[in-house]
Amino acid sequence: MRELIDWLEHRTGIETAVKSFLYEEIPASSGWPQIMGSMALFFFMIQGVTGILLAFNYAPTPGEAYNSLRYIMTEVTGGRLIRGLHHWGASMMIVVVVLHMLQVFLFGAYKKPREATWMMGVILLLVTLAFGLTGYLLPWDNRAYWGTVVTTQIAAGAPGAGPYLVRLLGGEGVGVVTFARFFAAHVVLLPPLTLLLIAVHVYLVRKHGVAPAAVETAPRKKFYPQQVYKDTVGFFVAFIILFLMAVFVQVPLEKLADPTDTNYIPRPEWYFLFLFQLLKSFKGPLEIVGSTLLPGLAILVLFCIPLIDREPMVRLGKRVFAMAFAALALVGWGGLTAEAIMTTPPNPGGRAAGFDSSQLRDWQKLTPEELSGLTYFRSENCVACHPGARKKGTGPDLTQMPDNHRNVAWMVSHFKAPDEVVPGSAMPAVRLRDSELNALSLFVLKLTPENEEDLLRAPTEAVKGANIYRESHCSACHQLQGAGIKIGPPLDGVGDRHNRQWLEQHFKDPRSLSPKSKMPAYKFDEAQMDAICAYLLQMP
Amino acid sequence: MPEIEPSSDVSSKTAQGTTRRSFYTAFIYGIWGVITAALAVPAGLYLLLPPAIRKESEWIDASDLGSIPPGVPTEISFQHKRIDGWKVTSEKTTAWIVRPDEGDKVTAFAPQCTHLGCAYHWEERNHSFVCPCHASEFSIQGQVLGGPAPRPLDRYEVKVEAGRIKIGSLEPHA
Repeated sequence: MRELIDWLEHRTGIETAVKSFLYEEIPASSGWPQIMGSMALFFFMIQGVTGILLAFNYAPTPGEAYNSLRYIMTEVTGGRLIRGLHHWGASMMIVVVVLHMLQVFLFGAYKKPREATWMMGVILLLVTLAFGLTGYLLPWDNRAYWGTVVTTQIAAGAPGAGPYLVRLLGGEGVGVVTFARFFAAHVVLLPPLTLLLIAVHVYLVRKHGVAPAAVETAPRKKFYPQQVYKDTVGFFVAFIILFLMAVFVQVPLEKLADPTDTNYIPRPEWYFLFLFQLLKSFKGPLEIVGSTLLPGLAILVLFCIPLIDREPMVRLGKRVFAMAFAALALVGWGGLTAEAIMTTPPNPGGRAAGFDSSQLRDWQKLTPEELSGLTYFRSENCVACHPGARKKGTGPDLTQMPDNHRNVAWMVSHFKAPDEVVPGSAMPAVRLRDSELNALSLFVLKLTPENEEDLLRAPTEAVKGANIYRESHCSACHQLQGAGIKIGPPLDGVGDRHNRQWLEQHFKDPRSLSPKSKMPAYKFDEAQMDAICAYLLQMP
Repeated sequence: MPEIEPSSDVSSKTAQGTTRRSFYTAFIYGIWGVITAALAVPAGLYLLLPPAIRKESEWIDASDLGSIPPGVPTEISFQHKRIDGWKVTSEKTTAWIVRPDEGDKVTAFAPQCTHLGCAYHWEERNHSFVCPCHASEFSIQGQVLGGPAPRPLDRYEVKVEAGRIKIGSLEPHA
């Protein structure tokens, strides 16, 4: 081993290089607060490794991107974990970078001669955010698409540069060109750029040394092993948190991007939410204040901090103004973020694509009209003669009907006059209205040997609710299980977004909850209200 | 990375300092090892294990048994679904069907030579399958008769139902 090291040392000088790196002297006051810089580098490495792994199974074109990511998450071994690490790693990297900046700011470590180190750091912050922004589009789900639509619109509104930025981002609208630009930026441009900037940043840190405290009492110490140990503890704790998040917190992958989905409420990743909220405070011609001027000014101020504050180093306790400034910034950021979270309603159809439809009961897969037919299947006691595929009954097995009977028209005429359609049939005529016979036919046509048992056991309340849904013609304006007309919002999974109380109030007086709603009020009695709410709340 | 002993660190000369120092070093190398493993193991599985298999492919209705002359290997073509990563494509493929003189226990050979994947054909003259690339030769049962082929012809699962030949997935070769 020693010989090998000597050989390498002689040829490359690696041992000297590593030693001079590890045994660099740092101020005695350095300790836990100073680990944040290394942590940021650590997360950059994690993002690099997981990003490369994702790229091995990822197709960088819209549509394909979504399918390949779905493939990574549902079929590739460990794919969900790798994506989880990359997704949550991005968020944690932002946290760590901001904490690093906060520490340097509070300790006044940006002061002479370390101004350039700080400025390089601000550029690295912007690059980190650019990674987040460009990576956000790459899953090409609704969240990605609509979030990026907003981003590009903001860029388009920038005074003067707007039209050029739009061209740079791939032209009007978010499409294949925008996607290619974002992918290239995220994967081809930003990583080497970041490496270069990190190299310069670290070079500057080394050139000036780690910033000492205002008063250093003890002699300087070595970076290795004590400080490296502290860094390592930090890495380990952060890595455990990241790993647990990747394993246990679901990473969003929504429906494939749908540019026609006008119900979708776009929102950016959490660390951009404050900008999103800021934007709402400025209306009309003032919008550019919130979208470009204020953020631009904030970045400029951040960049120029070492030029603005040129006082000599003082103890942390004496940096009251700096602390107040940082506290104010954090409160402002936190407040805007919290406000954004609280004022943005959850999304319709925002269900993750990982949603497992095999967990659904069979009756939940029926359209409202099909399920409402079960009302009459029960009231007419069809099961007395058609007891199901596994039992013998007077009538034929409904799951095994011949193909030429498998249409609503045939069924309805058979219901009305059984022996005219099937000579010799012993079945009594079913005396129901046409619309009810239609529903009954649709239900019977859905029966298969596999789902029959579950369908016939569908909860009474839900079936009754489905019947009210049909009789009230809800599907004239709403979609549910893919059936109906999309004038109002689709009702799939409405229970994820609203509770019983909300639904009830919304039926009684829609405009009290949705001021712009065109929905008429529905006067259900108590039992009807129970049924329709039970049904809607149970539909996925 | 080699463990590097300090040459000029006075404080570490004391016994206590040495213990603490070796604890630091052990901790650093240990934790780095753990983190590397926690990334390398999933990465290895991610890259090396085959993806979870989607629903087993169903039987494909490929041809009419009556159109296959007994005793003469016949190439039939049919559409099958190919699962390629996140893509499922329907593509045309072929199989060599051998129908015995009696009974309907047919055999279906995959159309590639087991040597380098060239398309082989049936030579009635030699009564064998011959590959044009490197002259591999297979019997009517698919056994290697000559040439560089390393194993018998690959077979599809096959069954006959109501006079129709149904082809399943490739049988794993021994």
